[in-house]
Amino acid sequence: MNLELFQTPEYHRDLRQLQEVDFVLLELNLYLDTHPGDAQAIQQFNHYVVERKKVADAFQARYGPLMNFGHSASGTPFTWVETPWPWQI
Amino acid sequence: MWVYEKKLQYPVRVSKCDPRMAKFLLEQYGGADGELAAALRYMNQRYTIPDKVIGLLTDIATEEFSHLEMIATMVFKLTKDATPQQMEEAGLGANYASHDNALYYSNAGGIPWSATYIQAKGDPIADLYEDIAAEEKARATYQWLINMTDDVDLQDSLKFLREREIVHSLRFREAVEILKGDQGAQKVF
Repeated sequence: MNLELFQTPEYHRDLRQLQEVDFVLLELNLYLDTHPGDAQAIQQFNHYVVERKKVADAFQARYGPLMNFGHSASGTPFTWVETPWPWQI
Repeated sequence: MWVYEKKLQYPVRVSKCDPRMAKFLLEQYGGADGELAAALRYMNQRYTIPDKVIGLLTDIATEEFSHLEMIATMVFKLTKDATPQQMEEAGLGANYASHDNALYYSNAGGIPWSATYIQAKGDPIADLYEDIAAEEKARATYQWLINMTDDVDLQDSLKFLREREIVHSLRFREAVEILKGDQGAQKVF
């Protein structure tokens, strides 16, 4: 495991960017759960769905898979078990 | 089903080894108003709640699991370098005797998590009022925990979690209003 990569300021910056876009989506999701008719919020949600994919794809290309069970492609050896876990960083 | 994402919802940094604070944080790990109780409460209530609120309970329960992971990360980081002596001095001697430095679902007083902490009444208003109260109690607990540490990195993560309780409480209150509106509409018949 190349731990050094996950200790760089760039990693923390990129992770932060992903956490920020995911937070926007989570907040909009909870809001829409109780305001399902708000078309403007839905438009905003769908905009960030596209944005999120771009950010997550770039993140995974650099730092390995984010999700298990086939939602992220793997490098060799199986990258999922090679990269550090959130509490190890 | 659930799929895991290999990242925290919000960064968790700690500036020192601090088993004393880790012990207090266990209140939000395996305590009555902690994240495990919250996640399991909402995840279980959703099967019998009216359809309009199932999405909200599912989504908040899922977010609670990410908060559980943040608390676990805090406890892990605060205790991973602690010696048995430091654990004992911090009041975690009994914890160490049984679990070494492993995490265990108990509250700050060492009492194991219990399903008696959570309810499911099959009555949507009763369930949602419990959920609102749970969020407010968790918010208060986060404030007491923030007051107990001078670690600004830890405070930052705890403040994020405190704010999430406020948002969840607000959403549950809106869910009550949605259900009240439906009840009112039925009275027309």
